[in-house]
Amino acid sequence: MAPKTSPEVGGMGHSIRRKEDPRFIRGKGTYVDDVVLPSMLYLDIVRSPFAHAKIKKIDIAKATAIPGVLAVITGKDLEKYNLHWMPTLMSDTQMVLPVEKVMYQAQEVAAVLATSRYAAADGAAVVEVEYEPLPVVVDPKKALEPGAPVLRTDKKDKKDNHIWHWEWGSKADTDRAFSEADVTVKQDIYIPRIHVASIETCGCIAHFDKVNEKLTVWMTTQAPHAIRTVFALVAGHVGLAEHKIRIISPDIGGGFGGKVPVYPGYVIAVAASVLTGKPVKWIEDRMENLQADSFARDYHITAELAAKKDGTLTALRIKTLADHGYTDAAANPSKFPAGLFHVCTGSYDLKAAHVEVDGVYTNKPPGGIAYRCSFRVTEAVHTIERMADLMAHQLGVDPAEFRMKNFIKPEQFPYKSALGWEYDSGNYAGALRKAMDTIGYAELRREQEEKRKRGELMGIGISSFTEIVGAGPSKHFDILGLKMFDSCEIRIHPTGKAIARFGTKSQGQGHETTYAQILAEELGIPAKDIQVEEGDTDTAPYGLGTYASRSTPVAGAAAAIASRKILDKARKLAAHLLEAAPEDLVYEPGKFSVKGAPDRSKTIQDVAFAAYTNHPQGMEAGLEAVSYYDPPNLTYPFGSYICVVDIDKGTGEVKVRRFVAIDDCGNIINPMIVQGQVHGGLTMGLAPALYEEISYDEIGNIQGGSFIDYLLPTAVETPKWETGHTVTPSPHHPLGAKGVGESATVGAPAAIANAVVDALWHLGVRHLDIPITPQKVWRVLREKGVTE
Amino acid sequence: MLVKVTINGEKHEADVEPRLLLVHLIRETLRLTGTHIGCDTSHCGACTVLLDGRPVKSCTMFAVQAHGRDIMTVEGLEQDGKLHPLQEGFMAEHGLQCGYCTPGMLMTGVSFLKKNPKPSEDDIRRAISGNLCRCTGYVNIVKAIQHAAAAIQGGA
Repeated sequence: MAPKTSPEVGGMGHSIRRKEDPRFIRGKGTYVDDVVLPSMLYLDIVRSPFAHAKIKKIDIAKATAIPGVLAVITGKDLEKYNLHWMPTLMSDTQMVLPVEKVMYQAQEVAAVLATSRYAAADGAAVVEVEYEPLPVVVDPKKALEPGAPVLRTDKKDKKDNHIWHWEWGSKADTDRAFSEADVTVKQDIYIPRIHVASIETCGCIAHFDKVNEKLTVWMTTQAPHAIRTVFALVAGHVGLAEHKIRIISPDIGGGFGGKVPVYPGYVIAVAASVLTGKPVKWIEDRMENLQADSFARDYHITAELAAKKDGTLTALRIKTLADHGYTDAAANPSKFPAGLFHVCTGSYDLKAAHVEVDGVYTNKPPGGIAYRCSFRVTEAVHTIERMADLMAHQLGVDPAEFRMKNFIKPEQFPYKSALGWEYDSGNYAGALRKAMDTIGYAELRREQEEKRKRGELMGIGISSFTEIVGAGPSKHFDILGLKMFDSCEIRIHPTGKAIARFGTKSQGQGHETTYAQILAEELGIPAKDIQVEEGDTDTAPYGLGTYASRSTPVAGAAAAIASRKILDKARKLAAHLLEAAPEDLVYEPGKFSVKGAPDRSKTIQDVAFAAYTNHPQGMEAGLEAVSYYDPPNLTYPFGSYICVVDIDKGTGEVKVRRFVAIDDCGNIINPMIVQGQVHGGLTMGLAPALYEEISYDEIGNIQGGSFIDYLLPTAVETPKWETGHTVTPSPHHPLGAKGVGESATVGAPAAIANAVVDALWHLGVRHLDIPITPQKVWRVLREKGVTE
Repeated sequence: MLVKVTINGEKHEADVEPRLLLVHLIRETLRLTGTHIGCDTSHCGACTVLLDGRPVKSCTMFAVQAHGRDIMTVEGLEQDGKLHPLQEGFMAEHGLQCGYCTPGMLMTGVSFLKKNPKPSEDDIRRAISGNLCRCTGYVNIVKAIQHAAAAIQGGA
């Protein structure tokens, strides 16, 4: 689709350069650790070596004797203010600092406050804690066995480690469909714990100004407004009121979901600043980040799929154990404890489905946040795409042909899924066909057949995913009661330039650029003349923040609606200037002209000037608008990915030879940025598919707690991604856009896993859990009698 | 201990603890915050600076080890208001998103292109394998370095 605006205006469809880049390429960004305030103190945290242990004694004498150390804060200190526990976003409770016992390795035990970073670390090293180890529960299945130690002894009535049971869909219909099915497949699928590991870790500077009783917190947060409200609700009893709290989310070095939760370090820093009246900086190091911050996934899934003889899918049944660690600190919309996992029917026209999920406590850090994914959508997509491949192979049908047969057809949209979602739009066959043409699917299958004859292992994997993003409609979506709208406030200055502020917060997505392009598209004001700001709760309108690919679907829509409110007034102003009736004007981006007399026209800049210098009597001056956008539905981006792998029989190494990604995120704002989002998302799909996992030994010691063991892909492992797109606009979004930041992370792992299993199917391999490490493949090959 | 260094052409001296990390001298003592910290184990490369023209991970060196030597950080790339071709390349090719790894990538790239002015894609990928990026998937970083190589060859 050709852009509506000129390159100079830079509206939608133009790959304009990013407005944020000039500061970043000069090293002039402002990340939280770059902020230094006068008299600032530093916080360092003492952490538990045990996964489950009673705290018998904390001796701070050696620490406080170190020059520069001012105090050691323990749970008992916070208990005096009733701040030793805090609520989680899922209405569970989480320790800020423990009084009785620790519940996971690397849990915060005490905090050292000092005049320098080094003194704080010195102090933390010599705080002496006496522990009494308690039995550790690592495996969620064992956690549910009778006689398992009850972990949450703080909850008086808690008699087991079961958190909640949640189910969705019709059990009766699903069971009936299974009993009538010609073919069924069943598979256990484990989707392991992983960590977003943004290159910037988490941290904050809390500054309580005692004179003005105002708390300012510079904080690595993806949701500054919600955080402000949470602080006000949690700490209201110690005198923090919401109008006296300012959260500033400065430049953020990657978020991916890991910067949504409230971590104990933030709260301790705030408490320390309130007590001392001095600014307090807390910056976690990488090991703290990997070992103690919220994790993603950890879903133990059993899935079953039913079909007719002719390959028509009929029903899906899923049971899942969700390992949440010692508290449910996920960041899901409150109505959905398993997030949007029930989008697990995926891209297929399934008539019946039933999903059950049980949340379980274990001695691990709080889990269940996202890994660049909208509330458990990766878990859903990975399951259905693995199962679709299993079924296709079981039936002896090509996986592409099998998908084509079972896709929801374009004419079925809006499509009501068996689990209750209303998919807005899609052309799944179109995306898969384009992916197959791009990669040369038929030729690859021929090559695979020849290689197989020669004993070489090559696999082709497909993932045709449907996402569900843009949370969400206020009817069903809230976090702690806060409805999941988002906002945009626009002010047009007299000289025709503008500032726009949003309730979201970019962490690299390029909002300063793409939001300006939306305004440029609507208002005709060049994107370069529009300043976009986010992340300061004292200036920006309230919004729920950036995660779950919601910025474009929700705040982007707010930008369009606020722009249109501006145009309503602009039309009246133009009519006044042109001495015509408003309804007699024709608008094209940036210009009003009189119907039938195109030479009689006023630009948006003329109109803006008039709003302050020559507005009609009876009309208020100024040209401003705000929109709090409540989306009528979620958006459903989709795509088809095809991956080709070669497997080294000697080492078990999986090499991704080619990877074609065709995405459909509806109408595109900035093609360059969309492609960049897909590249990054694919790499965060590759990572858990082949490399990343955080596991624990039987006594709860973390394996993978530093970049030595937790393997982020480098440029060498990362393939040269081949990307493309189709465009199926969202019918309900004012710009027809859908969101794209997470599609590739959600869709890619299944394509890679399917490719590996495809390469090994003839040997009798039916499934491999991710990450598919060389060791795992090597072992399977040897079991199957394959040698180098 | 007294440490004297030249950073981006300017001479600096500071009285520091022997254990002070070079990255903290740069960021906290001298307030050049373009150099970032991303890990504690020399894996991520966000702290990469040039020491006498060679890339080093400044989180894994003591400040005193840089005594008497010449350091270049990201802030030193722009000369007389003119961006380094790599900085131009990163903007033109969308080689950055959150910007956190970018200064380290740039410094690695600067040193690499001096040694290998006509690199292949594989050469580039190997050269930046000590710098982790979580946002871009590296494709556009590779392109940005190719862009800069071409510009330097063309006399930019």
